[in-house]
Amino acid sequence: MSDDELKELVTRALFEVAPDLEGEAIEPEESFRDQFEIDSMDLLNFIIRLHEATGVDIPEKDYSQLTTLSGCVSYLGARLKAD
Amino acid sequence: MIAYRLPSLGADMDKATLVEWVKQPGDKLERGDVVAVVETVKGAIEIETFEEGVLERHVVEAGETVPVGETLAYISTGKEGAEESSEAPPPISKEAPTTKRKVTPAARKCAREAGVDIKRAPAGPDGVVDLAQVEAMIAAPAKPPGEEAGETAAPARRTKPGLNLAAMRRAIGAAMARSKREIPHYYVASSIDCTVLKTWLETENQKRAVADRLLYASPLIKAAACALKEAPALNGFYEEGEFKPSSRIHLGVATALRGGGLIAPALHDTDELSIDVCMAHLRDLVARVRTGRIRGSEMSDPTATISILGDDTADAVAPVIYPPQVVIIGCGAIVSRPWVVNGAVEPRHVMTVTVAGDHRASDGRAAARFLNSLDKFLQAPEAL
Repeated sequence: MSDDELKELVTRALFEVAPDLEGEAIEPEESFRDQFEIDSMDLLNFIIRLHEATGVDIPEKDYSQLTTLSGCVSYLGARLKAD
Repeated sequence: MIAYRLPSLGADMDKATLVEWVKQPGDKLERGDVVAVVETVKGAIEIETFEEGVLERHVVEAGETVPVGETLAYISTGKEGAEESSEAPPPISKEAPTTKRKVTPAARKCAREAGVDIKRAPAGPDGVVDLAQVEAMIAAPAKPPGEEAGETAAPARRTKPGLNLAAMRRAIGAAMARSKREIPHYYVASSIDCTVLKTWLETENQKRAVADRLLYASPLIKAAACALKEAPALNGFYEEGEFKPSSRIHLGVATALRGGGLIAPALHDTDELSIDVCMAHLRDLVARVRTGRIRGSEMSDPTATISILGDDTADAVAPVIYPPQVVIIGCGAIVSRPWVVNGAVEPRHVMTVTVAGDHRASDGRAAARFLNSLDKFLQAPEAL
């Protein structure tokens, strides 16, 4: 999956979890929490969506790498390449 | 025939606008059926019926704003007996929109207690005198009617259809002003070592698939419900001048609305839920808060409220009680702190829990006992 495809996938997952954000521009380096008041429950649901969409098993200790758009893209990219 | 009325939706929602009739005249109603969707300052709420029968006719049409307690429809229960005859429906008339002012029960009570004349309170742009209008009049009595900051005063910023942030802020302000004026709050706090909880959760989540993992909110909510069971003076309502304890525990969970504001719907019978079921219900509840599909009963039923600030927030919160409840439990973020364990200083995960209680129902001692018992439950999360 290319970075652009991953970016699209991550954005879609975020909007599914927080439909009220649909259409908002996402700042790639700023955390979802700071940008959109994403809380722990939203983050968990978001990670479930990422797992469902990519098949990547994401252990809890890696959650901290998934708090920004660019973090998600590079984490998922690396994990997909390794598998 | 009985009147189907707009149910109470919590202290900061004393009126609602009918959005949609889910049930039409002639439809059969079962207990718990969603009859209509109403819009409040905190988003859409599905209101249910607790009567079985057949919907006879609608009284209020979509788009109308009405106070809590107003008749929305008539339900025929099929037992046209003596006990029901007192509530004969008025004849159907399709006259021009009524000019009679509608006043919410909370607005009337507030005006009476503050010694202001409800007749002088201006109605909002929707034609209803609500708690916010009365609170505004108390705060600025000299202001002539019509100058209040109504929805028409400034174009309110809307984040999504139906959610008017200015109106929501005003409603929350009015409910909290009433709480602070009427309820003699006391505050008692403890710092609880949550290292065992964190470690147990990490081990548990390692074993689980992504979709089955737990947030610490789930065992925390369950532990708080179990601790409330041991502190009956903190669980229930203060109504009509006395404390009425509740035998069931429906913990309201304060959930942030994006863009501002809070809503605290109930997890029914919280003390009887397993941690997994509690987590599933919590996830469902948050999803419905986000999409505006909260049930009316979830808004009116909480017997106590818990506010969990969550990760990366702040150490402690001193919350304001949500009337007619008598307690609110504020949980700060779990933070790593130097802690004395068996005489030595160690890094531990610590959470500051603050109980705000109503002195008309209990003393700080009851809250201290609650905190000790919450601590006890959190040290054995596997037993929850």
